[in-house]
Amino acid sequence: MLSTRRESHDTVTLTLDAASRRPFQPGQFNMLYAFGVGEAAISMSGDPASPSTAVHTVRAVGAVTEAICRLKRGGVVGVRGPFGTPWPTGEAAGQDLVIVAGGVGLAPLRPVVYHALARRSDYRRVFLLVGARTPEDLLFRRELERWQARKDLTVLVTVDRAPAGWKGRVGVAPALLDAVDLSAGGAVAFVCGPEVMMRFCVRELGRRGFPDDRIHLSMERNMKCAVGFCGHCQYGPSFICKDGPVLRYDRIRSLFWRREV
Amino acid sequence: MPSLEPRDRALLSLDGLGRLLQLLLQDGYRLIGPTVRDGAIVHAELSGVESLPAGWTEVQVAGAYRLARRPDGALFGYSVGPQSWKQLFFTPQLRLWKATRSEEGFTVEEDAAPPPRLALIGARSCDLHAIEVQDRTFLKGTYVDPDYAARRKDVFVVAVHCGQAGGTCFCVSMKTGPRATFGFDLALTELLDPHRFVVEIGTERGAELAGRAGATPSGEADAAAADAAVERTARSMDRRLDTSDIKELLYRNQEHPRWDDVAERCLGCTNCTLACPTCFCATVEDVSDLSGETAERWRRWDSCFTLDHSHLHGGSVRASIRSRYRQWLTHKVASWIDQFGVSGCVGCGRCITWCPVGIDITEEVAAIRATDGAQGEEPGEPSS
Amino acid sequence: MNEADLLRRHPFARGLSDDLAQRLVPCARLTRFPEGAVIFREGGAADALYLIVSGRVALEQHVPGRGTLQMENLSGGDLLGLSWLFPGGRWTLDARAVEPTEALVLDAGALKALLDADAALGFAVSQHVIQQLYQRLERARLQRLDVYRGEA
Repeated sequence: MLSTRRESHDTVTLTLDAASRRPFQPGQFNMLYAFGVGEAAISMSGDPASPSTAVHTVRAVGAVTEAICRLKRGGVVGVRGPFGTPWPTGEAAGQDLVIVAGGVGLAPLRPVVYHALARRSDYRRVFLLVGARTPEDLLFRRELERWQARKDLTVLVTVDRAPAGWKGRVGVAPALLDAVDLSAGGAVAFVCGPEVMMRFCVRELGRRGFPDDRIHLSMERNMKCAVGFCGHCQYGPSFICKDGPVLRYDRIRSLFWRREV
Repeated sequence: MPSLEPRDRALLSLDGLGRLLQLLLQDGYRLIGPTVRDGAIVHAELSGVESLPAGWTEVQVAGAYRLARRPDGALFGYSVGPQSWKQLFFTPQLRLWKATRSEEGFTVEEDAAPPPRLALIGARSCDLHAIEVQDRTFLKGTYVDPDYAARRKDVFVVAVHCGQAGGTCFCVSMKTGPRATFGFDLALTELLDPHRFVVEIGTERGAELAGRAGATPSGEADAAAADAAVERTARSMDRRLDTSDIKELLYRNQEHPRWDDVAERCLGCTNCTLACPTCFCATVEDVSDLSGETAERWRRWDSCFTLDHSHLHGGSVRASIRSRYRQWLTHKVASWIDQFGVSGCVGCGRCITWCPVGIDITEEVAAIRATDGAQGEEPGEPSS
Repeated sequence: MNEADLLRRHPFARGLSDDLAQRLVPCARLTRFPEGAVIFREGGAADALYLIVSGRVALEQHVPGRGTLQMENLSGGDLLGLSWLFPGGRWTLDARAVEPTEALVLDAGALKALLDADAALGFAVSQHVIQQLYQRLERARLQRLDVYRGEA
């Protein structure tokens, strides 16, 4: 562990020494192991072009993630990976890229932003729409502010609830789509966040004429082995660990709206 | 004496079979095969032909199993018991590795115990298909399971073409039997009066072993009798699973009222997944000792019928028995095809026999097919 | 840009023919609210429909013991203030400009008279208002689900 940074009351970004690790693509995850406690699937949230460090953003929601979040500089975690299907950035070449992130869903999407900014001329317009519970829960706040100042990126941020002093938007993430003019045609959407939030986003994108095969979602299920053997992460016929987590909406449409799948 | 070749049919006496098994033992194999224990025919280590369940048969119906005496001394006069060969290759418990704290953090050591050399005695066609189906999960996917691969290597298989249909099996409709067509070194058809075995040679090493055991080329009459026995088995099988368009049938009936119906009967007891020869769900457990200095990771069999299986964000995605049964059956006969190119069901009938309430998957599928498209309720596509 | 143009461009007038939109113009007055200005207070007489042109308006509720809570905020293209639709209409929330805000203010009395008198206009405006409200309801429900809340 090279460094840790507290993002919010329950979320930490860890920078691990990545010497001899395989490079990753935006959207992939590693299984991080806290000695004696267990493993958890953690999104890579750093810059894929920066090979010497492996940045992960972890939210403490159980024994394993709490143990990982407690580690300090110099601490050691086990790493397996990278696993999973990446965000298909190539599909947005020459078109608009609409990135919608809810809560900790911004973690696996941040690498897409780094990638898009590094190859900015590959895309037409780039939108980053971010939703969080409260201003204190926003991840990568300083970075978001820096990005908001850029001319080649439109960053819109909203929170579900805010104290009286908050001057920014208050409302749900899907509402940010109102501010994105999609009439020019040719756009790809990458959406990641709680499943309910993604459902609302998909509905709003559909209302704006977004084709189903241009929407990509990062799905989550109970992850254990991450190599397609244990059967836990199945979502219909897909194994989230190797056929996902990034899945194209039209391919999972019949599962997405079904309860208890 | 002309030597035997793969595809040949030979004849082996009862004594010859005894010799064959002893030769395998001498060659360093551990024999695993059927034996009577605790009121069932289970797979255990055999010391020779005397360990086989001579004169026993099984009476299997949905929800019940018992042994019964045969009027003859047939060694393989039954179908399949509660166990398949799954536990030999995909073991119920496996220590994946051990880790010890060290200066740099911790070091991991994998277990390198070489697995035993196994000879499967009396493997049925459905179970050979099941092994091939599990091979697709553990050997033919993106990643290979090294433990499974090591255990599968060099296994010697003495198969048996079934001489009688079990009470719950349906391999004919699943096209997985009763005749074994691959995956064996030798395949026996048992004939009585006199007690002998027609041996189908599967491999060179099978031919070599049969020769050493004293097998001679089989005559026309015996070969015909063997074929007739297998034909009779196939014809007598009255249970069937209609697999036409089965994947789409299940996919388009995810809200069928039959799921509510079966949910009232299913106890979520996981017997079916334990008995099923192709089920592969496992859980991973990390344990450490009290001092916190060493930790181990274990793999254990698991089942999609447990509430924990789909644990996510403090709850379970599949909280209802309805959704868990739907998951299991849809996976078994439909999604498996998308995942592995083959059905997950080999028609062995174990899930039907060992279900305490006698749920029969062939009936469940037939019920859905009979009212294809019936709606319990349909969530439908999003409204614009 | 004058009121007529701004009204024409506002989503509220989308779907209205030029002729129908024109009829609303006499009721509309462009008003500027500086940052921090209170547009209306909970309990006041609901007497206008505000078509927000630019800026940001926070909808707030003052809860004794918890202070002022921001429920939602609206910006250019949104409708503000529909309580006049109900008899004896009173505002249900405080509305405050958190940024300098411009809005077309349509007098509720005049607007109601127009909608009653002109069936085509009444129908078209009602349709738009219903859609806006439905979308706001959907979003309020999602907000209520508190989806980012930590789970054990």
